[in-house]
Amino acid sequence: MSVVARFEIRHTQFLNHLGEPTQPLPDFARDPDNLIPYYRAMVLTRTYDAKAVALQRTGQLGTVGSSLGQEAIGTVVGSVMQREDVFLPTYREAGAQIARGVTMTELLRYWSGDERGSDYRGPRQDFPVCITIAAQCAHAVGVAYALKLRKEPRVAVTMMGDGATSKGDFYESLNMAGTWHLPVVFVIANNQWAISVPRSVQSAAETLAQKAVAAGIPGEQVDGNDVVALRYVFDQALQRARSGDGPTLIEALSYRLTDHTTADDARRYRDPEDVSRHWAMEPVARLRNYLVLQKVWGKDDEEKLIAECNERVQAAVNEYLATPPPPPGAMFEHLYATLPAALAWQRDAAASGKIHG
Amino acid sequence: MAEITLVEAVNLALAGEMERDPSVLVLGEDVGADGGVFRATLGLLGRFGKERVIDTPLAEASIAGISIGMAAQGLKPVAEIQFSGFVYPALDHIVNHASRLRHRTCGRLTCPMVLRTPCGAGIHAPEHHSESVETFFAHVPGLRVVIPSSPARAYGLLLAAIRDPDPVIFLEPTRAYRLFKQEVDDNGQALPLDVCFLNREGSDATIVSWGAMLHEVQIAAARLADEGIMAEVIDVATLKPLDMPTILESVAKTGRCVIVHEASRTGGFGAEIAASIAEHGLLSLLAPVQRVAAPDCVVPLPKLEHYFMPDVDQIVAAVRKTLEFA
Ligand SMILES: Cc1ncc(C[n+]2csc(CCOP(=O)(O)OP(=O)(O)O)c2C)c(N)n1
Ligand SMILES: [Mg+2]
Repeated sequence: MSVVARFEIRHTQFLNHLGEPTQPLPDFARDPDNLIPYYRAMVLTRTYDAKAVALQRTGQLGTVGSSLGQEAIGTVVGSVMQREDVFLPTYREAGAQIARGVTMTELLRYWSGDERGSDYRGPRQDFPVCITIAAQCAHAVGVAYALKLRKEPRVAVTMMGDGATSKGDFYESLNMAGTWHLPVVFVIANNQWAISVPRSVQSAAETLAQKAVAAGIPGEQVDGNDVVALRYVFDQALQRARSGDGPTLIEALSYRLTDHTTADDARRYRDPEDVSRHWAMEPVARLRNYLVLQKVWGKDDEEKLIAECNERVQAAVNEYLATPPPPPGAMFEHLYATLPAALAWQRDAAASGKIHG
Repeated sequence: MAEITLVEAVNLALAGEMERDPSVLVLGEDVGADGGVFRATLGLLGRFGKERVIDTPLAEASIAGISIGMAAQGLKPVAEIQFSGFVYPALDHIVNHASRLRHRTCGRLTCPMVLRTPCGAGIHAPEHHSESVETFFAHVPGLRVVIPSSPARAYGLLLAAIRDPDPVIFLEPTRAYRLFKQEVDDNGQALPLDVCFLNREGSDATIVSWGAMLHEVQIAAARLADEGIMAEVIDVATLKPLDMPTILESVAKTGRCVIVHEASRTGGFGAEIAASIAEHGLLSLLAPVQRVAAPDCVVPLPKLEHYFMPDVDQIVAAVRKTLEFA
C-alpha cells in the first residue's frame, strides 16, 4: 500500500481574542492606523444591522438577518476587493456590500420588499443577494469564466455560510473552478449555525476548508474574527486569482451571536451560555482592544465614531422611509427586455391595480 | 441550398452564430471532441477552440448556474443538457435565477442564455431519456420556451433564441433530429419568437401541436383531406409566451380545435391552450376542444413506448369527433 495524496489545512491568526498579536503582524498592519478603516466599517455594519432589526421589530422592514459577531469577514472581503471585481453575496453580508459601495438605503429597500433595492448605483456588476443557498457559487464560476475568457485581471468573489457547504452547488462550483483554473475566491462565513443546525451536524469533515482538497484547489482556514488574519489570507487569494493562479476556498471561523433572522428565536435550540462564551471572541472589541493597546484609538474617537455611524444609518433610514412604494405595474417591468405582446393585458391590468379583473 | 436534418440545422445555426458573434459560446457534457451525443455541436471545437466550446464536468445544476454568471457578464452561453430527463437539477437555477435576474435587478443584470436539451420519446431510449419537459418551463415567468418541429424552424428559431436578450429554453425533439431532411438556407436569418406558425390552411378544424408531433399531425391532416375534411395545422413553436391570437383566429374560422402533445395529459400545455380558448373563443366553438396527449403514466421503456405515443389514428379520430357536433 502507498499513500497517493496527503493534505494539510493552514489556520491563520494574528490577533487573539484579546486583541494581542500572536505573531509578528504582516506589513500592511505594521502601522496600526491602517487598521482603523476596518474598525470604522465594522462599527458601521453593526450599527446598520442593529437598526435593520429594530426597524423589523417595529413593522418598518421585512424579515432580515444580522451579521452580529461576524462583521469582520464581510468588511474585509468588501474592502479588499478591487472596485472592478465582482461580488456575489448571500443574505448576511451587509458589511461587504456596504464596503463595495451598495448604499444602506438600497439594502433597506431590498429588505423591505422593494426590488429597486437591488439596482445598485455603485457596483453595477455585483450580483444581488442570493437567497437560495449556495446557488451564487455557480454564478460566481460563470462570472469568473467570462473574466478569464476576456483576459481581464478581475476576480469574482462569493460568500456563503457553513450550511451552504453541504449543497451540491458548492461542490460542483469548487470542482469547475478548479478544472478551469478560474479567478474566483470562495469565502465561507462559518458562523457555526445554519438556522438551528450546528456545524457538527452539517459535516463530519474536520474543517470546511478541506473541501477544497477534493476539487484540487487551495483551501485554508482563518480566524474570521481577526481582521488582520482575514486580510492577510484574503489578499493572497485575490492575488492568486488575479495573477492567473486559480481559485481559493477560505473558511473564516466566526460565530452567529444573534438569531438566524428576525423570524427566528435561537433560544429554542442553543444554549445561551454558548453564545455568551463567543461574545468574548467577537471581532469589533478585539480590534478595538488592539487599536487601544497601540494607542491609536481612544474614548473620544469611539464616541465620535458611534455618533457618526448613527447619523449615517439614520440618514439612510430616512431616505428609505421616504421612498414611494413601487407602482403595481412594476411587477411587469424588466420581466423581459421587451414585454411580450401576450402579457400586455396582464401588465395593463396590474398597472391599473385590477390584477385579478 | 442543402437538404439537412433538424440536428444538422441546430449545428448550422450554432456554427454561424459563433462565427458572427464572438460572445456566443457552447457548453455541456461531451459537446467538445465528441460533438455532443447527438452531434449537435459537431465540428465546433475545431473551429472555435476549447474556450468557447466547453466540455464541462458532469454537473447539470452548475451547467445552468455558470451560464447565468456568464450571461450576466455579457457572454451568450448556449448550454446543452444531454437528455431532458437530466434537466431537473438545472431547474433550480433556471427558475430561481435565470428567469428573474433582469427583473430583480431592474435590468441592471440580464441573462441572455439558451438552455438546449433534446426532448420527447419515440426513439427507444433507456430510462430518463424520453421526457417531455416543456410544461415545467412554460409555467415560469421570465422564460421563453421554444420547440422547433422541422430543420428550417430549428435553424431560424435557434438563431432567434441565441439573439434574444432573455433566457430561452430550447427543446429539441429527439425523434425529429433525423426524421426528415429539408432545404435550409444558411442565411443567418432568424425566425420570429413568440408567434405560432400556420403549417397548413383548412376550414373544418384546427389542429394545434408542437415539436415532433407535428409529423403525425401533418399525416393526419393529409389523410383527413383525402376524406374532404380540411384541417388547419398550427405549429405553436414558442410555447411561452403563447401567441393565442393566431390560435383564436383559426378557431374562430373552423369552430373546432384538437390539441396534440406528446407530454402527459394532466397539466400538460394543451390544458393552457384549451383554457384560453374557453376564455376567449368559447362562443366560436362548434364542438368541445379535444386533447390528444400521452397518458398519465411514466414514460414506458421501449417495449411499451409505442402505446404511449399519440398516433395518427388518434388524431384523425379526435378531429372526426369534433365534426360529430353540429
Ligand atoms: C436552497 C435553500 N434551502 C433552504 C433555505 C432556507 N434557509 C435559509 S438560511 C438557511 C441556513 C443557512 O445556513 P448557512 O449556510 O450556515 O448560512 P447562515 O444563515 O448561517 O449565514 C436555510 C436552511 C434556503 N434559503 N435555500
Ligand atoms: Mg451558518
